[in-house]
Amino acid sequence: MYALVDGNNFYVSCERVFRPSLNGRPVIVLSNNDGCAIARSNEAKDLGICMGAPWFQIRHLEQQAGLVALSANFTLYGDMSDRMMSLAAGLGPTQEIYSIDESFIGLNGVRGDLVARGHKVRDRILQWIGIPTCIGIAPTKTMAKLANHIAKTAERKPGSYPAELAQVCNLAALPAQDLDDVLQATDVGDVWGVGRRISKQLKEQGIQTVLDLVRMDPATIRRGWNVTLEKTVKELQGQPCVDLDDAPEPKQQIACTRSFGQPVTKLESLIEAVSEFASRAGEKLRKQNSLARELLVFMHTSPHRQGPQLSRSVVVPLRRPTDDSRLLAGAAADGMRRMYLAGYRFIKAGVILVDLQPASVQQQELDLEPEQEAEMPRDRSRLMVAMDVINQRYGKGTVHVGSTGQTVPVRAWGMKQERRTPQYTTRLEDVPVVRA
Amino acid sequence: MNSICISTEPEPAVATPLVLPMPQAHLKAGFPSPAEDFTVNRLDLTQILVSHPQATFLMRVSGTSMQDAGIDDGDMLVIDRAIKPRHGHVVVAVVDGEYTVKYLHQRAGRVRLKAANPTFPDIIPKDGQTIEVWGVVSSCIKRFIT
Repeated sequence: MYALVDGNNFYVSCERVFRPSLNGRPVIVLSNNDGCAIARSNEAKDLGICMGAPWFQIRHLEQQAGLVALSANFTLYGDMSDRMMSLAAGLGPTQEIYSIDESFIGLNGVRGDLVARGHKVRDRILQWIGIPTCIGIAPTKTMAKLANHIAKTAERKPGSYPAELAQVCNLAALPAQDLDDVLQATDVGDVWGVGRRISKQLKEQGIQTVLDLVRMDPATIRRGWNVTLEKTVKELQGQPCVDLDDAPEPKQQIACTRSFGQPVTKLESLIEAVSEFASRAGEKLRKQNSLARELLVFMHTSPHRQGPQLSRSVVVPLRRPTDDSRLLAGAAADGMRRMYLAGYRFIKAGVILVDLQPASVQQQELDLEPEQEAEMPRDRSRLMVAMDVINQRYGKGTVHVGSTGQTVPVRAWGMKQERRTPQYTTRLEDVPVVRA
Repeated sequence: MNSICISTEPEPAVATPLVLPMPQAHLKAGFPSPAEDFTVNRLDLTQILVSHPQATFLMRVSGTSMQDAGIDDGDMLVIDRAIKPRHGHVVVAVVDGEYTVKYLHQRAGRVRLKAANPTFPDIIPKDGQTIEVWGVVSSCIKRFIT
């Protein structure tokens, strides 16, 4: 048995814990550079604001409907997530943290009434840290995810499902007929792993609800679609196909890309930016013990703005697979120099490390470059370790590759976060003030 | 299926690092240190001030309404949301969307917030209003030298 514990409108809920005046008002949290809505309070959903709605399209609601828009404060969300996860862990013996606001709990060996236990953990999370959650319980992860969706919808839209399924929903405890009714009332597109495209195809075949999908033969699904959807169907039929993976596979590519706070035209600023992205990507690379063989640099202008448009990218092969931030930053800067053209207002750039290999595998080389032997790069792995440790202890960017430019606030390409709330729980200067 | 015997009551995981004393006896071959059985931890302020790490938050005081309770302007409050608020507790409450620190006064089914300074009036909820207690203040940290 699995439970999925999920924070409701998590980013907005975190903000509300420290700004109680936001309760009852429509609130959204905006992505990097205040681009689009990435979290919405129920009141904001009721205004018709969609997930991912661009800020400029909904800006007028600030005046018209009292909408409050905040810049994402990931430092705060990260700390609150940590607190929430450690309380959710009390539900059962194993835990897989799936995202910043969701974790699967393995319930094997847990006795007693699971719904009552779920309510206890839910109440504790709400009282201890102020975050409302919903819990879905079922024999497989896909069903637990569905149960969570039902628990949420039953709470937000009374009447959509039986009221006792709100907040904590255990599909395994439902009598067969009631389970069928619930699955019948749920759109096939709400199933984990069924995207918009597949849900459209399923509906064209007459598979409208989750119940329709559950009654399909997995083999037919595999022939008509793919193995992934077959697994989903098996999971919905109660046959576990997705395990709790505690150690996810290393990523096959690592990206660090960002929109600029304001358009950038100068080559030096762009070089600073991509050098920084490359060293950030290097940090991630070292963390998973991989080396990169190639690096892709790109930049483009904004399609939403007037003026000449340009979008370019270049792949820079690395002489040897490496995880050295200096070499990565150098390669990124080279790539930028090669593709830069003056006269454009660039809004976004990025570095993607591709063709990764484990650091434990080293290709031996024939000695074909005697004249360059003197320049054989020194082994910098200890320097990189020292850099990572210093930056972890004293904050990001304390020591950095020279080409990444000035200290944080001066940089021309820094992030726009005009509406960010303070770091209430992680900076002494930022703790909330209480009136006495 | 493995049957793992665990409590029927859900228990929160401990979030702070817990330092365990480790006797170093196995490293030594000669005369054992007479102190080795007495390895202890130095007192840790975090453990003394924080009972529920996940539920603990800090806030800075602004104002003088609690001065007779020893809570002054600029002090730091340790707030433990895991504690159930009771009559007589110092609490952080939400009034008109803002945090305020006061005594929680609960008598004969009536709830009010009392200041610890006679020049401040009690805060009494109007009809149908409720007082929302955000958390219970467990300690007040007053620094003389920073």
